[in-house]
Amino acid sequence: MTNARGRTAWILFGLVPALFLVALLVGRYGIRLDETFRALFAPTSGGDVLRALIVRVRLPRALAAACIGANLAMTGAAFQGLFRNPLVDSRILGVSSGAAFGAALALLASAGTVGLQASSFAFALVAVGLVCLIGLRFGAAPLVLVVGGVLVSAFFNALLGLVKYVADPLSSLPSITYWLLGGLNDARWATIVPLLVLTAGGLVFFLAVRWRMNVLTLSEAEASALGVRVRRFRIAVIVVGTLLIAASVAVGGIIGWIGLVVPHVARAWVGPDHGRLIPVSLALGAATLLVLDTIARTALPSEIPLGILTGLVGVPAFFLLFLRFLRARGEAR
Amino acid sequence: MTHGTRLAAEGLTFAYGRGRDVLSEVTISIGEGDVLFVLGANGSGKTTLLDCLVGLRAPRAGRVLLDGEPIDRIPIGERAKRVGLVPQIHEPVFDYTVGEVVLMGRAPHLGLFARPGRRDWDAVDRALEVVGLRDLRGRVYTEISGGERQLALIARGLAQGAECLLMDEPAAHLDPRHQHEVFATVARLAGDGFSFVVTSHQPNSALLYADRVAFLVNGRIDAIGLPASVLTEKALQAAYGIEFDVISEGAGRRAILPRGTRG
Repeated sequence: MTNARGRTAWILFGLVPALFLVALLVGRYGIRLDETFRALFAPTSGGDVLRALIVRVRLPRALAAACIGANLAMTGAAFQGLFRNPLVDSRILGVSSGAAFGAALALLASAGTVGLQASSFAFALVAVGLVCLIGLRFGAAPLVLVVGGVLVSAFFNALLGLVKYVADPLSSLPSITYWLLGGLNDARWATIVPLLVLTAGGLVFFLAVRWRMNVLTLSEAEASALGVRVRRFRIAVIVVGTLLIAASVAVGGIIGWIGLVVPHVARAWVGPDHGRLIPVSLALGAATLLVLDTIARTALPSEIPLGILTGLVGVPAFFLLFLRFLRARGEAR
Repeated sequence: MTHGTRLAAEGLTFAYGRGRDVLSEVTISIGEGDVLFVLGANGSGKTTLLDCLVGLRAPRAGRVLLDGEPIDRIPIGERAKRVGLVPQIHEPVFDYTVGEVVLMGRAPHLGLFARPGRRDWDAVDRALEVVGLRDLRGRVYTEISGGERQLALIARGLAQGAECLLMDEPAAHLDPRHQHEVFATVARLAGDGFSFVVTSHQPNSALLYADRVAFLVNGRIDAIGLPASVLTEKALQAAYGIEFDVISEGAGRRAILPRGTRG
């Protein structure tokens, strides 16, 4: 009985490698499967251009898509549990607003890709740091953290507006606007190393503590009475989640909806137990972003910003889930 | 009935922040197999008392002893294996199954990085068996009745391994039959040596199910002892500020009624 939910979820773990391979194959320049394998595993044979395309361009980009999708979805699921609120997403604590301001500032100063990433990452941490300072005064209570997140987000949005206002409307303003739409066109080996390292660490952490995260969905008194050090645990989840999101945004810009919708789909599939929810969310997030980024690269003659696609797909998906939820309640009453 | 003292408060005084004292010099003790009802008006400090007894809040003065040991010296995980909190039934945000809710009681037995295994599910099954919910293990917790939820929360305390359970108004929102089922389960477990502190707004429940009763009035213990000796018209009026009749019906059966306007 208890295992009836999500018997089919294992399919997902085969799907992610398959979609990853598709992402390597499909593109403006079509590559056959055997050529791809030769380029990946027998680097001496085959053309240098092909090899460069796959190994230097598509491979890091597909890795970035998979990592960012996994991070957004996994952190979204974790934060929804931690805040005991299914409408929360991974940006609740102001990560994205801080990152957007940092990136805009770097673009204004023409700081280059590394500078942009560093600035975006740093300001994302500053934003969440401010929220945590507010929250810690009140024992890291979810309500205080959410209000802190709203305030800090609004503040950094105002600062972002200021940067846009003073930016050159012919050069830096368009690049700021474009960055804010999200996209993986800057994903190269050199730029994704911090993302890969942090993702690996975050995966280990979230997979290790995933069952215990169920206890965080109880009230603080209940969770403490079950022997869990609630505040310490909350802070650890927030710190790890923030690092993952900050690293993701620094590479991919603002990519919405994955962190909200994917955990809901996962929960509808395998139930709310974080023991299953976390792995299924991260795999589903990786799969979703691999598909969407492949579409972003190939659907139109010029690239579609990824944040637009996630919105176009995420909003109807969320609406359908919400309808399902309303119908289920209607039947229950 | 009472053997060794399991949980005791000695001169417990507590205040939130720098506010007034919510609890003043509360001294109570619960022995093995004891069911202690704590009665008191809204805001008299009942829930705060439970929080202090389970070690969630540090008193301003006095101390709480668990098996003779100061509770603040016992590591939080060890404490959770010995004393459990059974909260008021509530609507959880996510639709966990009954089994998953009870399984959370295994948290103190599992390391930070551990996941529950066969042994933990066996403990869940045993706990559900005890409260008579074995068949509901796979059902969604939000879809069972209030009485069943309260029993499931007791099962969670049992899965925790706690022999002392603190229950916050377990009868609230329950119809008479479900109230009876919850308290009958409590009585049965007390017979097996489990100890209970139960807060309640129902003096009649205390008459029926308590071994001892304590009246909490403005954070002080006004009276403590056997139900029949504590639940007097005078003590009830002191606690709630209205007049009561205690009606004896022979054979030791009593009922408590507020003195109404209809004679």
